[in-house]
Amino acid sequence: MKKLAQLPLHQKARVLGISESELKPKLLEMGLYPGKEVEVLFKAPFGDPIAVDISGYTLSMRLSEANLIEVE
Amino acid sequence: MKKIALFGNPNTGKSSLFNRLTGLRQHVGNFPGVTVDKHSGFLNISGKEIELIDFPGTYSIYPRSKDEEVVYNVISNPQDANFPEKAIVVLDSTNLERNLLLFTQIYDLGFNTALVLNMTDVASRNGFEIHISALQEAFPDAKIIRTNARIGTGLSELKAWMAEESVPRETRQQTLKAKNDLEGQIADTNTRFDHIKKIVSQAVSKKPTEANFSSKLDKWLVHPVLGYLIFLVLLLVIFQTVFTLASYPMDWIDLGTSSLASWLGTIMPEGVFTSLIVDGVIPGIGGVLIFIPQIALLFFMLAILEETGYMARVVFITDKLMRPFGLNGKSVVPLLSSAACAIPGIMATRTISSWQERLTTILVAPLISCSARLPVYTLLIALVIPSKIVFGFLNLQGLVLFALYLLGIISALLVAWVIKQFFKKKELSVFLLEMPAYKTPRWGNVGIEVFEKVKIFVFDAGKIILAISIILWALASFGPGNDMEHYAGKIQAPKVQTEKAMADYESQVASIKLEHSYMGHMGKFIEPVIKPLGYDWKMGISLLTSFAAREVFVGSLATIYSVHEVDDDPKQLIDKLKAQKRDDGTPTYTLASGLSLLVFYVFAMQCMATLAVVKRETKSWKWPIIQVGYMGVLAYLGAYITFILFS
Repeated sequence: MKKLAQLPLHQKARVLGISESELKPKLLEMGLYPGKEVEVLFKAPFGDPIAVDISGYTLSMRLSEANLIEVE
Repeated sequence: MKKIALFGNPNTGKSSLFNRLTGLRQHVGNFPGVTVDKHSGFLNISGKEIELIDFPGTYSIYPRSKDEEVVYNVISNPQDANFPEKAIVVLDSTNLERNLLLFTQIYDLGFNTALVLNMTDVASRNGFEIHISALQEAFPDAKIIRTNARIGTGLSELKAWMAEESVPRETRQQTLKAKNDLEGQIADTNTRFDHIKKIVSQAVSKKPTEANFSSKLDKWLVHPVLGYLIFLVLLLVIFQTVFTLASYPMDWIDLGTSSLASWLGTIMPEGVFTSLIVDGVIPGIGGVLIFIPQIALLFFMLAILEETGYMARVVFITDKLMRPFGLNGKSVVPLLSSAACAIPGIMATRTISSWQERLTTILVAPLISCSARLPVYTLLIALVIPSKIVFGFLNLQGLVLFALYLLGIISALLVAWVIKQFFKKKELSVFLLEMPAYKTPRWGNVGIEVFEKVKIFVFDAGKIILAISIILWALASFGPGNDMEHYAGKIQAPKVQTEKAMADYESQVASIKLEHSYMGHMGKFIEPVIKPLGYDWKMGISLLTSFAAREVFVGSLATIYSVHEVDDDPKQLIDKLKAQKRDDGTPTYTLASGLSLLVFYVFAMQCMATLAVVKRETKSWKWPIIQVGYMGVLAYLGAYITFILFS
């Protein structure tokens, strides 16, 4: 299963779901529901955190958080 | 009074709207049980007095951090003192989908709700067109208003709605999920987004636009090398400005309060009351006012960074560096600000949403050497460190100064790491930060931010600072029995009353009086404790008095060694200190005792103003007390080890 954390820069993908974790409701509320189109825009020095376009706005997240998000 | 709540996601311009509506009629109070401040503003609309409560920005009514609980607590309980009669939900028009989640949650609870479409200018620039009729159809009971908080459009319409009588709606508190029912909340959010997607497809049409200005700018500002470089240059500019610009008003305040004190001293009858005013109250007030320039300037610059959207980038590029220490990118600016002064630094921790990370930042911030330590460092370095060149080009004195700053920074990070180990139940460390588009700052917001910060400091922390100043004054001005007068009387008044002789006489009297005051006795009392560090009771007194503010150390030493007018000629004090001998004939200020004192000043929490601010920000005396304790232990051990190593 591919994770958002592994998605190469500037490649569009769709959210499949969010792994079970305490962060799940929070990520969902930020608009990461299944079917949402995402794209990694840029990364911080050292590759973490990353800035993700969530069709409409830019959200930055740590790799550990991006690892909870399954994409295709 | 009619209460209206203001809700909204972060970065929607909610605070701008709040400022626009209420201006300076704002009040900062408490929500029970949490450390978030309650920001209220008061409006009078056609004779009706209304309290507008600005709730913290959240993405949902369900709390994901401790501070977000206020929103849930208030709206889930109609009996709550802050339960609003109406609700205004501010939405970012460029991102309706995510913003509508919070709106539908509040609307569905049955509040009289206004849907405020803010940032409409940015939205139309980005090619969005919003059809109000479709939104109105989806939310028939909502009042929909387009606003632009920047220039103030839509405000009169919003105010008119606020003043209207509320319309009875069916309350649906039962739709609210329990705070800990995460599964229920997830299901609810999914259902809501399904519904919202349909509404948005009807209500919003978007024309394609080119890559915007923000993404171009981000190529540079978060660049692996340039990003840090730009940040460092900006920091340098900020500190230079704070140091150089703040020093003028600080000098005026200093001169103003001391002139006022000496003028009052000449016109008021001699006595305890005059002394209280002249030596206790006025310097105490001066001790509060003196911080205003630094606080105002630093928050002026930080507010600009925040307003432009650059702050989110700073957090983004520094997060990874701070994580190992139990901090996050949001701790960077508060910690760096503490190099100017820990007070604005601690006040700037508000943006850290995790309470554990915020508390850790607050606890370690005073370890970063602030500008008030500089006079102490300079004096002691000049006293015990020879001015010579090492490694071919480095001045040893400069090197020691640099080492002291470094010691402060490293210990702050290490202590943060230790504190991290103490938290039993780890709070969820969430980063998830929205990157707002770059904008020009709204100067009204910057101004209000500076005003509010200064107000909080003066009125909340100021009381504590004034009280401690008066206690310190009392300890230095009174002594057991008649000792002070008795010993002062033993000093021979000069026969020939030249100006110099009189000044010498007066400083000798001041010195002997301080020695026999309660403060002097305390200095002597703690001598056995501080002796292992290489200090004598005279340094003990100076350590105690410098609790008022670190730079007081220099003035206290001057008083004890009866040197007058230090400011005019610091060399006089240095020569006097160099000449001091212990009972066994060895110099008092050696390399070992001098370095030991320097290390003590790096670590010790000798600043009542910082304590007062920590109390204000953590809403409890527990944390300032812990802070004084751990920093005191560090200072003692550090100074002890230094003294042993160098003697």
